[in-house]
Amino acid sequence: MICGLERVSFRYHGRSANALTDVDLEVGEGTHVALVGPNGAGKSTILRLLTGVLTPDVGTASVFGRQAQSWKRRDMARQVAVVSQGGEADVPISVRELVSMGRHPYVSPWSALGREDHAAVDACLESVDLAELAACDVRELSGGELQRARLARALVQEPRLLLLDEPTAHLDLGHEARFMELVRQYMATQAVTVVAVTHHLNVSARFADRMVLLASGRVLKEGRPDEVLTPSFLEAAFDWPVDVVDLGNLGRHAIAGTRGSPRVEP
Amino acid sequence: MSAGPAVFSAGAWLDAVRGDPGPAGTILWRVRLPRVVTGALTGGMLAVSGVVFQALLRNPLAEPYLLGVSSGAALGAVSALALGLSASAYFALPLAALFGALLAIGVVFEVARVGGRLDTRVLLLAGVVVSAFFSACVLLILTFVRADTLRSAFFWTLGSLSGASWGMIAAMLTYSVPALLVLFGLSRHLNALTLGEETAAYLGTETEAVKRLAFLLASLLAAAAVSVAGVIGFIGLVVPHAVRLSGVRDHRALTPLSFVAGACALVLADAAARTVAAPMEVPIGVITAFLGVPMFLILLRRAVRS
Repeated sequence: MICGLERVSFRYHGRSANALTDVDLEVGEGTHVALVGPNGAGKSTILRLLTGVLTPDVGTASVFGRQAQSWKRRDMARQVAVVSQGGEADVPISVRELVSMGRHPYVSPWSALGREDHAAVDACLESVDLAELAACDVRELSGGELQRARLARALVQEPRLLLLDEPTAHLDLGHEARFMELVRQYMATQAVTVVAVTHHLNVSARFADRMVLLASGRVLKEGRPDEVLTPSFLEAAFDWPVDVVDLGNLGRHAIAGTRGSPRVEP
Repeated sequence: MSAGPAVFSAGAWLDAVRGDPGPAGTILWRVRLPRVVTGALTGGMLAVSGVVFQALLRNPLAEPYLLGVSSGAALGAVSALALGLSASAYFALPLAALFGALLAIGVVFEVARVGGRLDTRVLLLAGVVVSAFFSACVLLILTFVRADTLRSAFFWTLGSLSGASWGMIAAMLTYSVPALLVLFGLSRHLNALTLGEETAAYLGTETEAVKRLAFLLASLLAAAAVSVAGVIGFIGLVVPHAVRLSGVRDHRALTPLSFVAGACALVLADAAARTVAAPMEVPIGVITAFLGVPMFLILLRRAVRS
């Protein structure tokens, strides 16, 4: 197991309800696990528990066999990288500088980046197709380019575990597919495990190996995408009628219905 | 060095530099040189303090004067002096000032924290109000205590380098050199923090520890500066901004360059303070405010618009 939660409950300070209740999660090596579910289901909370920035109230969150919150940040940053939704779009630095920050856990405070660090940065810029924009100001990038730059920064950390927090939330269909394809390519060449939080059920059904459906802080269903994408589970999670169509080798697709519309029972 | 009410010929200056104990020598070694060195150190420390606050708060408007840190430090120093600490206790005074500075920043943060985040506008407003309150406390103490032991109200509200001495410089160096070296060592972490605290943590920064240490050291720099030169505003705002305008963003360069630029800026401002209305001396805080306020307003407009 690469990382996981064991009977974890967590409540944010000052809230009356648990963000997560009694959650078990196991992520196996080399898999791409998608965490899906409605807003407020606790998906992002799981990622933050795995990175150790939050500590479970009950149970344990572990990464590579160690409690997540007991890691030194520098040690964890050499093993685990995170791509989040936003934050640095307004910082006046170049794409290359942003990506170079990914070498932060590898360099000492006093020294400059070495030749290997620069080579890693170059390789990652190349792999996300941003080599030509390396000198460009981050603030001038499009949404898709910025997310690719963030992905490059995460890959420069040479992670064994990559955590994605709604990385394609603001991207159009083409940029989203491109981003997910880059992640898949990286998984094919490096021994990396991916845990991705997403609202895009159909995209994750195509790219993920496993899906975890959460609702109200609990795991409703865990399994292969075709096991999770069923009208009954999705309706229970999203509290809305859902149709699921089978597109053969494209997998299953979930489509929101309308309240009271006639539907085919599974 | 040659600017000031006492005017000497070039020959007298040369003799003084060679060690001739005439009036020019006394003024050079006992008055003007310590004053220039104090100005340089104070300016550098205030500028670095500004750089660090700006990185930690992710806000280009943060600086010790506007955050209330400087007037908190002034209150700490004045209280200690009023309670009997001798004005020549160079090493204790910055610590008393640090206590006041931390009190000020604590109050300002508590007011400006909305749902775990620091709201920029509330932060600045709270800084100004807390600053006004602490300045009032300083003036109150000055009213009741014999002013000759405490220096003037001008000194504590608008700053002056006129009291500079070698003893003060030694104390300032004792506090500022370690603080500056540690802050310089934190440069990569400060770079990471400009991307946001959570991102910095994912990149390997022990966010809470780094923040706490950097806040403490930036407050110490401001406190040490205030305890020797009084409250001088805007250096921590103008200087880092000017250095950034030249394209420097990396704190490994930004911090030392801001120190040097801050040193030059305050020495020049002091020269101006001594000469524009010679033989009278304009409070140095007036000069820095004339330069700093327009720049603050421009930055504020830009910050509010985005």
